[in-house]
Parts: sequence; structure tokens; C-alpha cells
Amino acid sequence: MPIRNHGPLKLPGHWGKTAERKQGTVVIELENVGYNYGGGELLSDVSVKLAPGSFHFLTGPSGAGKTTLLKLCYGALTPTSGRARAFNMDVQGLDRDQMAHLRRRVGVVHQDCRFLDHLPVIENIALPLIVAGKDLSQEEANLRELLNWVGLSERADALPPELSGGERQRAALARSVILSPDVIIADEPTGNVDWEMSQRLLQLLVELNRMGKTILLATHDMSLIRAAKKQVQARVLRISAKQLHQAGADL
Amino acid sequence: MSEGRLRKLIMGDAQADRVVPPSGFTAQLTLFVSGAMAFLAVFALALSLASGRLATRWADELARAATLRINAPAEQRNAQTQAALTILQQTPGVASARALSDEEQAALLAPWFGSSLPIDSLPVPQLIEVIEDDPGYDGTGLRLRLQAEVPGAVLDDHTRWRAPLVDAARALRRLGAVSILLIAGATAAMITLAANAALAANAQVIEVLRLVGALDSYIAHAFIRRFTLRALGGAAAGMALGMLGVWLMPAASNEGGFLTGLGFQGWAWALPLVIPPLGALVAFAATTRAAKKRLGDLT
Repeated sequence: MPIRNHGPLKLPGHWGKTAERKQGTVVIELENVGYNYGGGELLSDVSVKLAPGSFHFLTGPSGAGKTTLLKLCYGALTPTSGRARAFNMDVQGLDRDQMAHLRRRVGVVHQDCRFLDHLPVIENIALPLIVAGKDLSQEEANLRELLNWVGLSERADALPPELSGGERQRAALARSVILSPDVIIADEPTGNVDWEMSQRLLQLLVELNRMGKTILLATHDMSLIRAAKKQVQARVLRISAKQLHQAGADL
Repeated sequence: MSEGRLRKLIMGDAQADRVVPPSGFTAQLTLFVSGAMAFLAVFALALSLASGRLATRWADELARAATLRINAPAEQRNAQTQAALTILQQTPGVASARALSDEEQAALLAPWFGSSLPIDSLPVPQLIEVIEDDPGYDGTGLRLRLQAEVPGAVLDDHTRWRAPLVDAARALRRLGAVSILLIAGATAAMITLAANAALAANAQVIEVLRLVGALDSYIAHAFIRRFTLRALGGAAAGMALGMLGVWLMPAASNEGGFLTGLGFQGWAWALPLVIPPLGALVAFAATTRAAKKRLGDLT
């Protein structure tokens, strides 16, 4: 699909607001985390700390456990050993309501972005606001601004099945930032889109990071990582042999 | 349930209502089940109330009445009747006693022999209606005296056939009440199945809602409200049809007996109006339980 020039990326200030940045604090931390699946060990003794406003890439071969690690970060999975912490809370100890509140602070973009197919794009993007009980009539202008930011203004009333892969990814990204979360976790967001679209999505994520958001992005696209490292200070983490390693500068 | 939650359930939230996709199969099932059950509940209620009325009427009307039958040859019948009436007037505990006229006796026999019965030509015993006072008469003593002075008199205080009839009417009333409870239980079971099916069919919707930070109570509420309102609507329609059916039944009459008296009377017409809110309450409880369990099971 041809990509129109949307002009310089500028995230509306409303969506860019983030929690007060405290130097030295950690938004998400995995400490000696292990995870077993199907009788086998998928991750072993994984430790990582995500500082506020940091940008992390997570790489590794398919099936290495990238998605699992991301899910451990936002509480969709519980570690079988070790400790997962988010915003100074033990993720394992959270009840369902606390977990829901955690999800409002962590925007998630899946590779196979899931939407409510019976609702138009604009309502899907507004879903976090709806479930948080916000009055949409007061948010309409901001919503339109956000749609414009991700270049979906003209697709606002389309249903998700009518969107292309790139449009779905952008819609998912818009949905993930609408509550102005502190952290954005994206799982292969460029996996189903062409190079041009992947660059555009990267630009959106870089812009969010510049606004102070912590970004954790799983990808196996090295060119994307190289492009990002030219713009932001990004740390690259690689999963191999069940463990997490900091990748070298040769990336 | 807090006042806020109740208000939210009744008033609704247009945005939240749109979150759960309308699912045709479970919607139709809930509407049909609640409608059919409300329809049956109206009839069970009518049956229960009519049985109750019948039991009360039989108990009240027959408890204090007895019949004295004079089986005597025609030439002695008047004399024995007068003698029996005299004895009854002298008996403590008898409020009144009167011999039924030929017309009244003919009317009693009319259902079996027709209205043109020549009662004079038949050996029909003379009947005397005895109304008991409070306290009543001594039945054994009265029987002994009648046996001695009016040999053809037989006192029937209706006990023999009244008690089982009253018992049967009361049992019918209990059966009606049990039927209503069973209907409520069956409604709850069916709506639980429908809610479970809807929750299972919408597993992906639940996953998306959880991903964007929806509380389980929010997700459950969206389903509960939908099922409660469907049950309320279905039950209201079923109740209206049931009441129409009862209203169209023949009016109560002596000839029709119990069957024609099956409808509601007076204030009892308002009773079926309780069925739709009760149906909604049952649906609310069933869906709440189903949603709680289902959401608890989903990781």
C-alpha cells in the first residue's frame, strides 16, 4: 500500500505525557527469571532492567522466547522461577484488578494486532479510554489528533478487517499510547509490513521515546535496529540458549 | 449490589454496551427461553392460585355443612322429614336445618338426568341441609337419636369425600408453586448455558479488553447487563402472551367447574407482573456466576 507523506512526526503533547521520570528507578525488572513451557525450559535465569525513557530492542531467532519474555514483562505470563517487577510491584503478587491497572501503564502492540472487529478503528483506538470509563465525547478532538499522528484519519470509520497490515500496526500503536502509558512493548510490529511502513512505525516509536516513553521492541530485523540506533540511544538484547545477552556494538 | 452498580445496570453505558459484539445465537436462545418460561410461569401461577381458591372454598363451604338423607317410602317421607327437622331444631350445635324443595333436588340431579326430570315419579330421598353452629353438634349422639326416631335418616357430614378433595386441591397448589420454582431453575440453567456460550465465543474480545486494561468486573458487567435485559424483554413478552392466554379462557362458571376458574381474579391479575423482574433477577444471578467462573478460568 502506498504511504502518503504525513509530514514531520509530532506526537500531540497530550499523548506524550508520561509519569515523572525518576533517575535511577526501574520501570520493569526481571530478576533471575525462568519460564517453563510444555515440560521444557524456555527461559532460564533471565535478568533485565528497563529504565524510564530507555529504548530496548529484543532480538533472537524464532522460537527463542522473545514473545514469552515480553509477556513476562507485562504480566501476561507468570515466571516459573525468579521475580518479575513492574513499577516497583511484584507482578506475581498482583490480583486481576491490579493487573488491569498495570496494563493501563503498559501499552502493548502485538504482531497479530487484535481488535474488536465489530467496532470501527476509532473506537478500537479509544478502547482503553472506554474501559477506563472516560467520556469519549470529551476526548474526540484528541482522538482525531492521534489518528492524524498515525496517519489513519481517513480510516477512522473503517472496520479492522478492512485495514492493511501496516494500518493495523499503526492502529495498534495508537491504541497502545492513548492512555499515555509509561512503557510501550511491541512484539514484531514490523513483521507483516514492508520496509517503508516499518520505517514509519519506527519513527513513531522513536518519537514516543523522545517524549519519555520506555520502549521495548522485539524484532529480528537488523536493519530496523541499525536505523533506530542512528536516532536514539538503544540497547539491544539478544535471547539465545534460553538466556538474555546484551548484543555487541557490531549490530 | 451497590446503588451505583444497580444504576449502571439499569441505565447502562452506551459505550460499554458496544464493546461486546451482539451474538445472534445466544441472544435468541435467551429471549426464547425467558419468554417460554415466563409463559409457563403465568399458567403455573394461575393453576396454583385457582387450586388455592378451590381448596379454600371447599374447606370453608363444606366444613360447616352436612346433609341428612331421608330414605323412606313415599307415604312416610313427609312424616319422617318433619320428625328429623324437629330433632335437628332441638339439637345443640345446629344453626339451621331446612328440607330442600323438589325444584332444588331436581336441579341437583339435572347434570345427570337433564332438567325435565319427573322427580315425583322417582324414589328420590328427601334431602335436608344442616348448617353447623360454632361450636358444632355431637355427630355420634345425633346419629344415635336419628336412628332411634327416624329410621330412614342417614347423616352425611361430607368428611369422607371433602378431606381428600381439599387435600388434592392443596397438593395442586403446591405443585403449581413447585412448577414455578422449577421454571426459575430451568431458566437459570439455560441462561447459564447461553452466557457460557457467549463468553466462550467472545474469548478473543475478552483477551483484547484485558490487554487494554479492562477490569474483570467491567467485562462481566457488559455480559451481565446484556443477558439481564434480554431475559427481561423475553420474560415480559412471555408474560404478556401468557396473560392473554389466561384471559381468553372461559369465565368461571358452576357448569365448567375447576377448569373454567383457572384464570386470575381481582388483584391477582397484577401478580404475573412480578415474573419479568424475577426472570431478569434469575438471569442476572446466572450470568454473574457464569461470568465470574469463566473469567476466573481464563488466564
